[in-house]
Amino acid sequence: MKSLIHRLQQHIPVSDAEIDEFLQIHAFPWVEENTVLFFYRGDAEQVRLRHWIFGLPSSQDFFRIPSTRHWVLQADIPHQSRIEYKFEVVQRGHSHWIRDPLNKHLAYDPFGANSVCQGAGYLTPEWTLEDTESRAGTLEDIEIDSQAYGGKRHLTVYLPARFRPRRRYPLLIVHDGPDYKRYSSLKFVLDNLIHRSEVAPLIVALQHPIQRLQEYPDHPAQAQFTVHEVLPLLQERYPIHDIPQMRGLMGASFGGVATLSTAWRHPEVFGRLLLQSGSFAFTDIGENKRGPLFDPVVDFMNRFRKHPGKPSEKVFVTCGMYESLIYENRSIVPLLQKTGMEVEYRESRDGHNWINWRDHLRDALTWLFPGPLWMIYE
Amino acid sequence: MPHLIVLGPQRLEPTVHHILKEHGIDGDIALVSAGWQEREEEDEELREVLGSQCRVHNLRIHARCEDVFHADTDLFEAHRARQDQLRDLQNLYRFRLDKLVEAAQHLFRHLGDPALVLPERADAIAAIQRLDQHHLQRLQLVHQEFETRWRSLERPAIQQQREEIHSVLGYCPTIAIAGGHVAVLLNRIRMLGIETFFANRRLVAWSAGAMALSDRVVLFHDHPPQGAGTPEILDLGLGYFKGLLPLPHAKRRLNLDDPARVALLAQRFHPSLCCALDEGSRIQATSSGWKIYPHTRLLHSDGHVQHFSHATVLPSPHASEHANQFPSRDALPSAEKAAALDSFTSATEIPTLASFNSSTKIPTLASFTSATEIPTLAPKGESR
Repeated sequence: MKSLIHRLQQHIPVSDAEIDEFLQIHAFPWVEENTVLFFYRGDAEQVRLRHWIFGLPSSQDFFRIPSTRHWVLQADIPHQSRIEYKFEVVQRGHSHWIRDPLNKHLAYDPFGANSVCQGAGYLTPEWTLEDTESRAGTLEDIEIDSQAYGGKRHLTVYLPARFRPRRRYPLLIVHDGPDYKRYSSLKFVLDNLIHRSEVAPLIVALQHPIQRLQEYPDHPAQAQFTVHEVLPLLQERYPIHDIPQMRGLMGASFGGVATLSTAWRHPEVFGRLLLQSGSFAFTDIGENKRGPLFDPVVDFMNRFRKHPGKPSEKVFVTCGMYESLIYENRSIVPLLQKTGMEVEYRESRDGHNWINWRDHLRDALTWLFPGPLWMIYE
Repeated sequence: MPHLIVLGPQRLEPTVHHILKEHGIDGDIALVSAGWQEREEEDEELREVLGSQCRVHNLRIHARCEDVFHADTDLFEAHRARQDQLRDLQNLYRFRLDKLVEAAQHLFRHLGDPALVLPERADAIAAIQRLDQHHLQRLQLVHQEFETRWRSLERPAIQQQREEIHSVLGYCPTIAIAGGHVAVLLNRIRMLGIETFFANRRLVAWSAGAMALSDRVVLFHDHPPQGAGTPEILDLGLGYFKGLLPLPHAKRRLNLDDPARVALLAQRFHPSLCCALDEGSRIQATSSGWKIYPHTRLLHSDGHVQHFSHATVLPSPHASEHANQFPSRDALPSAEKAAALDSFTSATEIPTLASFNSSTKIPTLASFTSATEIPTLAPKGESR
């Protein structure tokens, strides 16, 4: 079969029967060491690979093997990479974006699903999957009448398994909470890591944004809501430690900006921060080139860079190497370190997506809220 | 009938009820579940497992210690100070241990002329063992000074709890010691001197319960999310048995497919048998040695892991000696109780509290560098 792959790579015609036989045995995209071969079979005028890898052309043309309906594209895929992609198929002058028909691996986000190519060495972490051994925490929804936003808001509160009202717990507040739960398996992650004593049993409040693109980029109401409405309500209802070291705030993308700006506006409230692929766009000179949505972000980041203060004590920063925000995230690390905060920074070969953020949760949460792993032998 | 049965984890696939039944153990059983901390009395699952076969009497060790802390605040303060001291000692030990283990790991993976490499490995192991021994002696000193000064078992708040426990144990020939937080379990048992009641009783212990009964408590995890995963000695155990190092939850915590790690662990703790305990594991003390049952695995010095298809007795003098002849402080007049930490006979043996001889010359804490002058490491994310 290797010869067939070789022939495809060399754009040598291969019969439908040979392809059928091959597909019954093997999966596409075909990954071998640092190379991936994408394959599409069908009538088309053009086929392109569409992906979200910063640094590579976002559209790459497939090659049609002459006199066949077979389209191939070979690309580099470094070890442990993870790439989300779609195929753009042009038929009768119309372009359609489709998921790779030969690939069963999908990743979901609020906009739908993408196909996923996993490079050699990438494995879905087992602690992200539902584990029947793990005692499950519970979720409860609460409504909050927000003065900051002038209306009802919802929170989902995670209580760890074997929650006891007489015990005190650390608190973690999560921006984009429902998305973290749905697309980053946050509940399974919490259940597993707490059950395994890797993370301290903690209460986690999932914020439900309504207009996240307006609320999260340094909106004063969001900080006000989190610090003066959500936090007091949680402290009133749940047994939560009342010290910054036991309070955490986290978010991804614009949620990362909301996390940093809330902590910056209210230093010494949250002693633990998790910033995942924060949209930390800034300018040294000239205008913001990312569009008007980023204007408040850039305005905040420029102010923050000038006067960072010391928003927290421990900050865990993550980013994917294939994100357009990698430069901004790498830049913020030394700035955070200079404030005197303890900073950990991790990168992965992934893009701006929920699986990337999921895959960093173990490293981040075990560092921010370590559990009694070494001591528990049930 | 064995006086000591060591089991693997019991939560998911409990076996304790079968084993008790097999040995005809029924009736009243005293339960120590202090490792579950404030949940120690949430023992419904265990009671359900044991069913009508046994009446479980939870000794409420954790709760009783809380009562003692409330009643005797001087002792509480002293206890906290000792825990701080132990924590500092642990950090100092880790400073040195991590480097030694890292060097040994490197040597165990190094391929070269055996004539050159093997002596280096042996000396690397010896260096770790010397440090472990040193750490144990310092821990022992801390405990001994605490006991000498506070004579905890003579304090009224503790005596009252002990009398109540003693009366419950009067009709419980069997004590079950569950797992959980090993430091808390060990600490609370030691605080109330529960080990002094072990004599002439059958003990069934699993996971952290088994670790606490051993002569030294070794914490381990080969792939923790943070840190290097260096096994470390936490404390002296209760010394109820020797020659056996229980390693509960091995399939999750140990990389048994890595011969270098297995060899290093087994050699470091030789001559103790390093036993991987998982669901279904079981070890019994017999007159001729440790009886190892299927689902229990043994780590060997050459890096291989032995499985058992049927129950096998591994000769060990410790199995018979320590299962049935535990010294009882309880039987002595109170003035002699502190001195009852006796029979420390050989400098080459790992000392335990139970085998401590106060006449043995061990340097005092004051002769060591003051703890306040030594920088501390961040704890491994847990408290005692």
